[in-house]
Amino acid sequence: MDFTYEPAIHFQEVSYSVNDLIILKNITGSIPKGKITTLVGPSGAGKTTLLKMCNGLLSPTTGTIFIDDQPITAYEPTALRKYVGIALQSAPMIAGTVIDNLALPNSLQGEKLTQQEAIQYLQDVGLDESFLHRSASELSGGQRQKVSIARTLINKSSILLLDEITSALDRQSVQDIEALILTLNKKYKVTIIWITHNLQQALTIGHYTWVMMDGELIETGESSLLNKPKNHRVAEFVQGVNT
Amino acid sequence: MTYTTLSLTLIFVLIPLLLSKTLKLGLEKDTIIATVRSVVQLLAVGFILKFVFDSGSSIYILLMVALMIFAATLNARKKGKVIKGITWKIALTLIVVEIVTQGILLGFGIIPATAQYIIPISGMLIGNSMVLTILFLNRFTAEITSHHNEIELILSLGGTPKQAIHRQLIDAIKASMIPTIESQKTIGLVQLPGMMSGQIIGGADPIQAVQFQILIIFALLTTATLSSLLIGFLSYPTLFNKRMQMLKSQ
Repeated sequence: MDFTYEPAIHFQEVSYSVNDLIILKNITGSIPKGKITTLVGPSGAGKTTLLKMCNGLLSPTTGTIFIDDQPITAYEPTALRKYVGIALQSAPMIAGTVIDNLALPNSLQGEKLTQQEAIQYLQDVGLDESFLHRSASELSGGQRQKVSIARTLINKSSILLLDEITSALDRQSVQDIEALILTLNKKYKVTIIWITHNLQQALTIGHYTWVMMDGELIETGESSLLNKPKNHRVAEFVQGVNT
Repeated sequence: MTYTTLSLTLIFVLIPLLLSKTLKLGLEKDTIIATVRSVVQLLAVGFILKFVFDSGSSIYILLMVALMIFAATLNARKKGKVIKGITWKIALTLIVVEIVTQGILLGFGIIPATAQYIIPISGMLIGNSMVLTILFLNRFTAEITSHHNEIELILSLGGTPKQAIHRQLIDAIKASMIPTIESQKTIGLVQLPGMMSGQIIGGADPIQAVQFQILIIFALLTTATLSSLLIGFLSYPTLFNKRMQMLKSQ
């Protein structure tokens, strides 16, 4: 990886285990500021755990995470979670309508989201205003993911963590979301870490890629590494996904 | 009632035993244990109460109330093992409920400060509080399990643990209070309360029995509200650590 970039997040010998189960093993590496880094690897590699740690939902068992050169523990948890936003893979919704869900980040701070703002966020993710008062429980998987992305954007986080946010979307919607994320990155210099199982997406959207397997960081570098992996396990993984 | 006539009431135990045996319900052992325990416990309580009433000592009243709180705490804590320090939280809830309700009853001279009034009323209020605590803990732990993703979502967006758990807490508090409120709506129409029935059978004036029952149902409303709120607000902070992470997620 090109270390001339300023790191937004740095992992220093980060490990995580639950009881005797080791989920992350000694991860050391940096996520460049203002760039899109994709996290790829088979299921159970520890990618989601790593993302949740950056948002402060989990803490390393050993090791340290630095956000903008400050240890993550120096941040007040609620401030950290607004600064480092996350769109969770399950796209959970609170009971109520779409606008209730979109208003959630603001209402947690005692602020309000105007209807016009809510419509704008919906349009950003490719949904029209007719969804505003629809019950969240009636949304399809893809629609939930879109609302979840819109809701994550409302905190205007400087670092955005995206956990397989396009897995339930059709091709057109995937392209729309990719365009939105690229705009956020280019226009607002938002640092993005994106977990994806779509290696083509990692190649075309990501500037950098981390390949994780069995809780370990196996290979990092510019996304083009997926075309010619140095590590034989990564090569096997890429071949397996592409066939 | 003589002991001979009392022994005839065992017919009511024989009926479920025979039915259980015939229909192979497998409840014979539990029925026998429940019967023996209730007879032994009630007789023991009867003799203890007689001793306490005769002595007239306030120390014995305090000991009886403490014993009730101890037994109720041990019973209720089984339902809240996932909550750290649940034993003292339940004990504190029951103590506060007892102090507040008896404080009002005795402070305003609603009941005389004698064992005959304090102990039975404490028993009813602590018993109700224990049931409410169990109902709350059952519902609260189920809510947390089924809404884990929503709680995590609110935390991930920068919400505090109190904001994250608010809906589950309120739902559990309401769910535990509903049976008390609902049963009071139909009291006297569907069922005659046990205490009132006992007084009437014992030869008391029905109007006076009703007056005492009203006292109890009003006190139960305070008991229900205090128990649910106290146990609720004492419980939820222990589900999170200082970094505002759900401990179950760790």
